[in-house]
Amino acid sequence: MSRANGDATMPTFSKSAPHPKERRIILANAEDPDFDGTLEAYEGRGGYGELKKAFGMTPEDVCKEVLDSGVRGRGGAGFPAGMKWKFLDRRSGKPVYLICNADESEPGTFKDRQIIHKDPHQLIEGMMITAFAIQAKQAYIYIREEMPYGARILDEAIEAARAKGYVGDNILGSDYSCDLVVHRGAAAYICGEETGLIESLEGKRAYPRIKPPYFPAALGLYMCPTIVNNVETLCNVKHIVAMGGGEFAKIGTTGNTGTRIWCLSGHVQKPGYFELECGKATYGELINDLGGGLLPGRKLQAVIPGGSSAKVLRAGERFTGKLRSGEAFDWGIDDIPLDFDSPMAAGSMSGSGAVIVVDDSVNIVEVLANINAFYAHESCGQCTPCREGSLWMKKITGRMVSGGARREDAALLASIGDQIAGRTICAHGEACAWPTQSFVAKFRDEFEAAAERNPDEWKNREFRLV
Amino acid sequence: MSEGQEDKRIPIFVDDEEVKVDPGTNLIEAVAQAGKEVPHYCYHPKLSVVGNCRMCLVEMGMPGRDRATGEPMLNDDGSPKILWVPKPVIACATNAAPGMHVRTESPLVKECREGVMEFLLVNHPLDCPICDQAGECRLQEFATDYGRGYSRFIEQKNVKPKRTRLGPRVMLDDERCILCSRCIRFCEEVAEDPVLGFTDRGSYTTLTAFPGKELANNYSLNTVDICPVGALTSTDFRFKMRVWFLKETDSIDTESSVGCNTVVGSREGKIYRITPRRNDHVNDTWMPDSGRALYKEVEAENRLAAYSIEGRPCGPDEAMSLAATLLKGHRVAIVGSGRLSVEEQYLLRRVREAIGGGPPTFLVGRTGEGDGKLLSADRNPNTRGAILTGLIDELPKEDLHDLAHLIAEGGVDTLLVAGEDLTMAGVTRDQLKRVQIVYMGTHHNDTSSVAKVEIPALTVFEKSGTFVNQQFRVQKFAQAVPGPKGVLFGLSNFTRLLDTLGGGKRIAPSPANVWAEMSGDVPEFADLRFEDIPRTGSVVDDARFAHLPFPEGPGFHFNPKRAETIAGA
Ligand SMILES: Cc1cc2nc3c(=O)[nH]c(=O)nc-3n(C[C@H](O)[C@H](O)[C@H](O)COP(=O)(O)O)c2cc1C
Ligand code: SF4
Ligand code: SF4
Ligand code: FES
Repeated sequence: MSRANGDATMPTFSKSAPHPKERRIILANAEDPDFDGTLEAYEGRGGYGELKKAFGMTPEDVCKEVLDSGVRGRGGAGFPAGMKWKFLDRRSGKPVYLICNADESEPGTFKDRQIIHKDPHQLIEGMMITAFAIQAKQAYIYIREEMPYGARILDEAIEAARAKGYVGDNILGSDYSCDLVVHRGAAAYICGEETGLIESLEGKRAYPRIKPPYFPAALGLYMCPTIVNNVETLCNVKHIVAMGGGEFAKIGTTGNTGTRIWCLSGHVQKPGYFELECGKATYGELINDLGGGLLPGRKLQAVIPGGSSAKVLRAGERFTGKLRSGEAFDWGIDDIPLDFDSPMAAGSMSGSGAVIVVDDSVNIVEVLANINAFYAHESCGQCTPCREGSLWMKKITGRMVSGGARREDAALLASIGDQIAGRTICAHGEACAWPTQSFVAKFRDEFEAAAERNPDEWKNREFRLV
Repeated sequence: MSEGQEDKRIPIFVDDEEVKVDPGTNLIEAVAQAGKEVPHYCYHPKLSVVGNCRMCLVEMGMPGRDRATGEPMLNDDGSPKILWVPKPVIACATNAAPGMHVRTESPLVKECREGVMEFLLVNHPLDCPICDQAGECRLQEFATDYGRGYSRFIEQKNVKPKRTRLGPRVMLDDERCILCSRCIRFCEEVAEDPVLGFTDRGSYTTLTAFPGKELANNYSLNTVDICPVGALTSTDFRFKMRVWFLKETDSIDTESSVGCNTVVGSREGKIYRITPRRNDHVNDTWMPDSGRALYKEVEAENRLAAYSIEGRPCGPDEAMSLAATLLKGHRVAIVGSGRLSVEEQYLLRRVREAIGGGPPTFLVGRTGEGDGKLLSADRNPNTRGAILTGLIDELPKEDLHDLAHLIAEGGVDTLLVAGEDLTMAGVTRDQLKRVQIVYMGTHHNDTSSVAKVEIPALTVFEKSGTFVNQQFRVQKFAQAVPGPKGVLFGLSNFTRLLDTLGGGKRIAPSPANVWAEMSGDVPEFADLRFEDIPRTGSVVDDARFAHLPFPEGPGFHFNPKRAETIAGA
């Protein structure tokens, strides 16, 4: 299996030496220049040892380790994986399915792709352990359509793993069988929403389902109990089995265990992805240390802390309150710990782990116009508030940056956002409303000033009315 | 609730008012049972629940329980403490649970509705005056009831296809479509002909028929009925009449023994459309397309509108007395019809008795393939009426070969034909020419053309009465429009003939009077008065006829597949 050296059309990915502040667990092999991602290389580093270990345990014990580890979902919502597995509703007696969400499409997020390209067997091993733990009958990797190479790499890796008895019938000579299939997505952001993904996997339009009643854990794929987890989440399972849940829980901080891969983009010197122990570094360190700081002569304007749908943080803002532990906090952006709970305490979220930095070279209305264009384009169109609201907001911000801003647009935008969030079928409603709500709330002055700006000053001529 | 049966209903509180509902009732229905309305677009009681319009958002809360002790949480005044769900929930997909509290009038609910209404209107053409749905449009109604009444939208509206032909009977205006997916779900779940779907995404989502497919099944017009807006319109009806001018009359589809309940829309004596009327025991909310075109027979070119003798127009009295002369003292055979009403069939029986001598009586059987939905194998709407009233006592055959035989043998002088064309049932014109025919019917045909006496009759739209459907359900229909000028009203043709024949006590020509007669004569009708038959019909005992091999399979009754289907299409 020499995909990396044999195929000239396959893009090569550069690897990076670890920054001293990084703690690489998931990326340990992937970023190693001597590691080529093949099964031999993977086995050479003890790969599939944890699968063997898990097969020496009972499925319940594996679930227990994952529950004890406290590992939270890396796909966006941060829900504890062990708890999700526990909620599997087996009463129907129908087969259980496992799905890996590799649709990675939240703007600013590019971590799952690295894992898939550089270390596919880690994902496969994590998935087969998970499949065994939840006693899945069949497992799928739903990979974003725009990652054709990733799909090929996974296909080849699964073939290799199957030949070795890690995947398929009678895994490792046991009487447990579970096949793993790669399914290429339907090229839409909404295919990453887990029930939209399930619909798409069933061959339909990726229309998210109403919950209740269609919680995947009870009525998922083909109306069978189903677990959907993110690529990074499933990779963590391997390491939880390796260390034991208790040991894993010591990485990071209470309630925010393990490492996370943060994707840093925007106006920084060295954008990239960095694996950090949860809660042990701050947004300031990520931007200024690992990311090399802002571009010369520029000032920070805003940070979007967890993918473009996360609520924006304005430079200079103070965040105060009490942590769950009861401890009071008073942070600027730079002080916010990189974990799950802290960005939430600051009124936003860590989401998919994508940190987008905005400096003073752009007008903030243009940033929102860009984001709004994305969410209007990606709304599946099923439910009224998101479908109509997202496009309306896009039309308004598009008009604003084309020189047609009115003072009342800010209030109108905010009100449209309020009419969407919390009233839709899926969280795309929040995803499209939160940027508008937060940008307008925090940059009200800029939005109102837009009306006074000379129409020729706007750069973004492509945001014409559509 | 019959006695001894346990009341399984559960209490819920709608705006603090207690109402008891069956467990599992969704909140739209539960709130309706409390006498209030939750506005909705995508929810349809006979289709799966998808929850996409978000018009039905309400606030919902449950009585709290202490986590540690499991004890109910109480307010200071001792009342149960309600833990309200922080976000509004959709009533259509939320099922009532014991003690549940629902707010349908709170400021949040009001604001949610205003928001959804505003969103639905931003890309909707606001040209109601030229839209055919105006007057029966949910968007208009809810905009008035729940909208803000002004628009904040100054951008350009989306452009979508107008006047698309979806099939032979249905037109689509995509700009008016609010993407509720009712039509798609109907095609999938009820018509079982999934030809509609959405293309494109977000606000540009467009309803369309799949490539190479069209909406042509015999149930296609139901999509027009359930479309809450003017997106789907009937090719036949569109732009012919404003709906608020239409007089609505309850009627019955005469295509088969299913007897779909219908509404006839007419204005100034002219019928413009037929739509289904909900009857959960018979046709839910649906009917076949074929039954909607039947009103055209009223003004058909071959409509029979004048009494005549050998083609010469005459008055009804003259026609009746010649008919009586031809019938009395002759060897008579009678051909009745499964399309006559119960009352007409009964009166025809009385005519037979007045003629005397026990003339043989035939009915023309009409069978077709049952479609498993709302067209049964028996294509007569009232075969059972003919049996109940004693007009016939065996199921009719498809052909009248026995009658043809009788005529050929010279055993018949006069044929009394009510509502059938015998040449369509195996009797030749030459055979017919050998007898004298008294023809009562709605239209000219090959039988009437050789008749001695022609008596024009009324269509189902021009009279009132009853049919008995395949379930032995007596169903009423009412007169929607007047009959042709000069034609005796109601049941007068029959009662007049009966009088002329000297049939004893006079019967006034109204269904109620005929029912009063029948109650002493037909055991199954003994306790039934015409006035008491409800709009949904009344099932009578069929024990006397259980041995008869009726042609229908099991009747259609659609069950919504709530649990198994999922959002969208
Ligand atoms: C609009 C939308 C898009 C999403 N896209 C992704 C995605 O691309 N990848 C992903 O892993 N999760 C995505 N999610 C989150 C998934 O719904 C789901 O929560 C996640 O896959 C669960 O995995 P986890 O528990 O391991 O995080 C998305 C959610 C929403 C609402
Ligand atoms: S919230 Fe948006 S993306 Fe989600 S179901 Fe509704 S329209 Fe589709
Ligand atoms: S055309 Fe179909 S989807 Fe559109 S509004 Fe009418 S019923 Fe709903
Ligand atoms: S009626 Fe409930 S969402 Fe449409």
